[in-house]
Amino acid sequence: MPPIRSEVLELRATPDIVHVRQTVRARAAEMGFTLVDQTKLVTAASELARNAITYGGGGRVRIEALEEDTRRGLRLTFEDQGAGIANVEQALTDGYTTGNGLGLGLGGARRLVNEFSIHSRVGEGTRVTITRWM
Amino acid sequence: MTAGGGAMERIPILQMGEFLLVTIQVDLNDTLAQTLMDDLTAKVAATGARGVLIDISSVTVVDSFIGRMLNDIAATSRVLDATTVVVGMQPAVAITLVELGLSLGGVRTALNVDRGIALLRAALAAPADATHPE
Repeated sequence: MPPIRSEVLELRATPDIVHVRQTVRARAAEMGFTLVDQTKLVTAASELARNAITYGGGGRVRIEALEEDTRRGLRLTFEDQGAGIANVEQALTDGYTTGNGLGLGLGGARRLVNEFSIHSRVGEGTRVTITRWM
Repeated sequence: MTAGGGAMERIPILQMGEFLLVTIQVDLNDTLAQTLMDDLTAKVAATGARGVLIDISSVTVVDSFIGRMLNDIAATSRVLDATTVVVGMQPAVAITLVELGLSLGGVRTALNVDRGIALLRAALAAPADATHPE
């Protein structure tokens, strides 16, 4: 089913991470997500937005409100045109980092949502899609 | 880092006797977090403070970056002979942190500022290596 609402935010520099957090928080609250579920989704969004900016050289996130027959949810799609990830499995491992973070970004984000998918091609970029259902 | 003007945003650090108190009431962007860490370290060194209280009761998201900042503040303060206590973490934030995989192992926590102060006083009264006062 098509999303009932969709918007795109640019991810250029680290201050944009705060904007993503605030927008995702607002949409999740509007839809009636519990406070814990809002916090999980916003935290996952914060990790993935930072990844796209720090490792992907910037990109964008699409925020979509989904409504199916029996459930509603929020889907976030992060895209960058950065170097891509050669070994996605390794990148999903806790503690793995090429930067100065804790290496919890990808794996941590995956644990905070209901659906997680990642497509990455070296030299072309990375797309991560997460969905949290109510 | 973005170049350019504008007054630099800072989080105030209050001195209360031999302790420093920081109350975070804004959505922390990365630059602000880094500035806070630098300011706190300088202030601990300048004042000889024995304890640092960081009140995060208004903070709605702690991602791995902010978590690392809290860990780093605690570690740096420890080297400067000050104990750090993070107080007031919201339940939704605590639940999310655990799922994210962030243990904040190097950081002491307390439910509120009063308990944080009690913890710091007890830590100061006890021998250097005593871990759990009360």
